[in-house]
Amino acid sequence: MKGNMERLDLSQELARDILAMAQAKGASHGDVVMVEGDSFFVTVRLGEVEKISQAQEKRLGLRLFCGSSSASASTSDISQQAIQRLIDDTVIMARATAEDPFSGLPDASLLARDIPDRDLLDDAARSVSVDEKIAIALAAEKTAMDFDPRITNSEGADFSNQFGRVIYASSQGFSGEYQGSTFGHSVAPVASQDGAMQRDYWYSSNRKFARLDSAKSVGERAARRVLRRLGARKVKTCEVPVVFDPDMAASLLRNLSSALSGYSLYKGASFLNGQIGNKIASQVMTVWDDGTIPGALGSKPFDSEGLPITKKAVVENGELRSYLLDTYSGKKLNMASTGNASRSVGEPPGVAPTNFYLAPGPRTPGEIIASVKQGLYLTETIGFGVNLVTGDYSRGAAGIWIDNGELAFPVEEVTIAGNLKEMFQNIEMVGNDLEMRGRICAPTLKISQMTVAGD
Amino acid sequence: MAQEFVPAKSFFDRNFGIDSQDLDKVLATALARKADYADLYFEYRKNEGISLEEGLVKNCSQSTSNGVGVRVLSDAKTGYAFTDDITIENLEVAARTAQYIAQTQSSQVPVAVGQPQQAAHDLYPVKTTVTNVPLKNKISLLYDIDKFARSLDPRVKNVFVSLGSEDKVMLVASSQGWVIGDVQPLTRLNVTCIVEESGNRQVGSFGGGGRVEYEFFVGKREYERYAREAVRQAVLNLSARNAPAGTMDVVLGPGWPGILLHEAIGHGLEGDFNRKKTSAFSDRIGQRVGSELCTVVDDGTIPSRRGSINVDDEGTPTHRTTLIENGILKGYLQDRLNSGLMKMPLTGNGRRESYAHIPMPRMTNTFMLAGKDAPEDIIQSVKKGLYAVSFGGGQVDITNGKFVFSASEAYLIEDGQVTHPVKGATLIGNGPDVLTRVSMVGSDLKLDEGVGTCGKDGQSVPVGVGLPTIKIDGLTVGGTTH
Repeated sequence: MKGNMERLDLSQELARDILAMAQAKGASHGDVVMVEGDSFFVTVRLGEVEKISQAQEKRLGLRLFCGSSSASASTSDISQQAIQRLIDDTVIMARATAEDPFSGLPDASLLARDIPDRDLLDDAARSVSVDEKIAIALAAEKTAMDFDPRITNSEGADFSNQFGRVIYASSQGFSGEYQGSTFGHSVAPVASQDGAMQRDYWYSSNRKFARLDSAKSVGERAARRVLRRLGARKVKTCEVPVVFDPDMAASLLRNLSSALSGYSLYKGASFLNGQIGNKIASQVMTVWDDGTIPGALGSKPFDSEGLPITKKAVVENGELRSYLLDTYSGKKLNMASTGNASRSVGEPPGVAPTNFYLAPGPRTPGEIIASVKQGLYLTETIGFGVNLVTGDYSRGAAGIWIDNGELAFPVEEVTIAGNLKEMFQNIEMVGNDLEMRGRICAPTLKISQMTVAGD
Repeated sequence: MAQEFVPAKSFFDRNFGIDSQDLDKVLATALARKADYADLYFEYRKNEGISLEEGLVKNCSQSTSNGVGVRVLSDAKTGYAFTDDITIENLEVAARTAQYIAQTQSSQVPVAVGQPQQAAHDLYPVKTTVTNVPLKNKISLLYDIDKFARSLDPRVKNVFVSLGSEDKVMLVASSQGWVIGDVQPLTRLNVTCIVEESGNRQVGSFGGGGRVEYEFFVGKREYERYAREAVRQAVLNLSARNAPAGTMDVVLGPGWPGILLHEAIGHGLEGDFNRKKTSAFSDRIGQRVGSELCTVVDDGTIPSRRGSINVDDEGTPTHRTTLIENGILKGYLQDRLNSGLMKMPLTGNGRRESYAHIPMPRMTNTFMLAGKDAPEDIIQSVKKGLYAVSFGGGQVDITNGKFVFSASEAYLIEDGQVTHPVKGATLIGNGPDVLTRVSMVGSDLKLDEGVGTCGKDGQSVPVGVGLPTIKIDGLTVGGTTH
């Protein structure tokens, strides 16, 4: 191998060296993000290992400013030679872009002073054996396959985990790093009846290996979910209440978080533009963004600009309290960053929620379903029919028809449609069943009326 | 940048110092225990993105990555390991990891790696890739587009332009002794604008590209057409009504609405789902799945197209594969693993997002062949229905066959006339059933502009679609107006 290609170890010191080299080449300021990690996944199907994959990766991302113009670059080649080239190219690009008076790094006085331990890493990431991981996937699939004779096939079960390190340094004087791990497993059984097949799945993910749902519970849940879809049919086009199960309610929150992104807002590409302080949702809706929860999937000690992470109400009793902002989008809106800067190496800076969740309400899911005379219990959506500029919403849907307060028969090949502005106002009930299963979570919720299109 | 097959090999040779003996050694490690096949996939990729918003080119970014994936196949099992640090030591480690799936000692010895083979096609003989065009030219193009779009209509409030280009060099070395490489340039130019009139804001978007030279965009001022289309679509949506809800006849316009075939048919015909019998199309070869008017092909060999490749990511030359002929299901799309297990021919559809991903059967350019009807006759035949000419994304549930796709430009048809624009229409149907309802096929086959990206199992690859104007009798339209 050639010597100048030799790979360097990632460190805060290397990050600071890169910034110093960049400043020597003419950059006025800049920041560096570096990530390295190990990843593993295994897929099993019908009792046999099907795919297994393992890797180690390193990436380096650099953003440089020449006054108020900037550019960014990234590389997986972390050698002296590649870093020199990266700096040269980035300075050339930064000089070629337009001056933007809003650009820049956060004020040094705002930077995180300490780096709290959010309990993001589980040492099991290094110690759990490949055979143990395979055994979990096999057990989840076997549980699902043995659950009912109508479960005849499987798309497979998987187990995956990652662990790694994030390093961030900026010319404002910030330098910090943290480590984290994630584990996940899922299974997708296929059931058939009268010549028609259905597939469904269930999953668990967590930063801690020991906190994953058991293979048995994931397998059983997946089996129940696929069985209840058998015999699904269309319904007549109608306007009815729609009850969103927790995962579907979380998808609505994902739409909300996108509409609250500072980048969508200042571009005029969000229907929530200028709505701070206004009632954008029903009284029963309170949404938190909290990146401080120990051990949670969306937690971190500082954001991608080195700003501290906080807990904040985004929507409180229906009133919009906060957008999701970084320094740039904040300046564009004449507001301060909310500590939601997010940057994957190689992508331009953006914002993302941390742990973003709908606060639970007083009702059980059963009570919510019982409150519906005729309506849809929504368990799946497909397609991308959400327009965040206008709020128009129309997606393919599957679920269970509610007849006189009871789950009656499975429904498929229908769409649900409305407008997010009205849908948020029409949230009539929120369930008590919040579980922090991902970064964006919600309990069961009921929207008083939507158009269900079918026959 | 290197343009031909031999340079693809010498590219990795030169940059990473890996020679034929090294490849042989790693492949031998990969086959150390019982396995059927092993390959190494080297990839170098350089991406450049330039974007404009609010009248300013604020962002330029560049990303380079290189890595290698080692794959071992043993029956239906795949072992895979990859590294972004291409050294012979790391390759050896990856090969040992990948052969974890193979259990017993092997007597198989890989065939020594020979001279690089010539790719079967030369579909994109690009002289200067877009990444190598001077930055200042590209930046000034973006400013021209912004100025032009704003000049078209005073209601244009914001314009977003992005130019993304990629140079990818790949090389596959297999345990069967062959080595093949390709250099794949790819560029996409997109224009999005937001218009506003009395508080009503709407968005329109248009773009195009392919494995093309910079000239493709600037030669005949193609970019002006993109800007005009984006503004036209946004302005149209200002006066659009809410879409109807319910089942009605639907006419799809030519080109991009071919996403119907991609979602409703194409995914369900990918070999992996059919081998596992989890597709709504499983075991249906030879059966009728469409009206006699329908012939659908997947063709990775159309010059310069976004979905075209000289060889797939397993080194197999691309083909034109007939999926449906006069309504009868004819074939599946295969990668190496699934074609072997199903004992069906390779079709050149083994694709992957990058060296960090395992190949899967994927589409290239999927389209329906032209029929005999005049497009205007098709519209005139509809009493009450929907005419959809442009779409956003779509999605399918492979197992039950249900698919959706969302219209970004659609109109009502009333008494054979295209009348009012509607917004927010999602179409939903059943894959194995939808083509049986095709009652007219136009003579106006068109391929899309070159903006499609398909996602499957977390992997994105560039694809193309195409369609003539067609009429579907009775499809569910998911609007709000009941």
